[in-house]
Amino acid sequence: MATPIRSTSMSESAASPLAVPPRESVHSASPALHHQFEDIEQQRDAGNFGMWVFLATEMLFFGGVFTGYIIYRSLYYSGFAAGSHGLEIDLGAAMMFVLLASSFTMAMAVHAAREGKHRPLIGFLTATIILGVAFLGMKFTEYFHKWQEHMVPGLNFHPALENLRGAPERTVELFMCFYFFMTGLHALHMIIGIGLLTVMAILAWRRKLSSENYNRVEVSGLYWHFVDIIWIYLFPLLYLIGGRYK
Amino acid sequence: MNEQNPSVGTYILVFMALLVLAALTTGIAYVDLGPFNTVIALAIAVLKMTLIGLFFMHLWYTRGLTRIVVLAGFFWLALMISFTLADVFTRPWINTPGP
Repeated sequence: MATPIRSTSMSESAASPLAVPPRESVHSASPALHHQFEDIEQQRDAGNFGMWVFLATEMLFFGGVFTGYIIYRSLYYSGFAAGSHGLEIDLGAAMMFVLLASSFTMAMAVHAAREGKHRPLIGFLTATIILGVAFLGMKFTEYFHKWQEHMVPGLNFHPALENLRGAPERTVELFMCFYFFMTGLHALHMIIGIGLLTVMAILAWRRKLSSENYNRVEVSGLYWHFVDIIWIYLFPLLYLIGGRYK
Repeated sequence: MNEQNPSVGTYILVFMALLVLAALTTGIAYVDLGPFNTVIALAIAVLKMTLIGLFFMHLWYTRGLTRIVVLAGFFWLALMISFTLADVFTRPWINTPGP
């Protein structure tokens, strides 16, 4: 990836009558620069732009589930409130704090990468991975509790009456479908994010990242922050329906 | 195009604000505000998203094209949600079967 493709392509094009003379740029010597880009800055911009376009599609991907959620919540509010009150709010809030902390360590990792500081970069990436795994641990703890309460639609759904809180069983089941689908989709993104960050940590460990080609860390960070933002919405939408004051 | 970058101090400040907002959103759930419970919870979520987007994701420091992509994403999201709801919630007006 870091081979100096630029110099060979330049010597070939010099033979063509339409040849453009090689640009004398301070960046052209950098082994981190891919040959299709003018300079490092443009390469970085293109990378970030591509990631943002992907995140825009992800917004619509999650947006579809959120749209369905809005419709069914308005149609079967009592079932959604009952299901929401059955979720563990302290666990959900703890997951929120863990994810916010991981976003902070991620931002610090990108900062360290930009400055070319290897040890802080590896440290912050590792911290982010650990916080991400902690989040998943809490998530699956809650899934396990739901399994014990027989609140898993399709596989194990015959809840006790007090878990229905007076709402029709089918509407609570619908809420649990949304709960598992939304948090499951989010957890899948977390797993992918942890995989990405593990690759970044290995690259950093092998000294494959420098202040010039840290763009991979930067776009992984964008993805990680996006997944954090999804949880910022999932927490109030799933755990806080109808408040907790009763 | 070459942006100035946020400092460590900015990151710490944003992180503190996010923690306060997260605590606030959990705390407010225990206060009876009627329908405003949901409104306030979502307003806090939007605020948190804005902080993360502007500072952790560097939108504050970035160039116009990236911001247009973000706005385009929100635009299509708004279209999807508003048109779908306009369909579903107006069906009773003409006695069409709901979802």
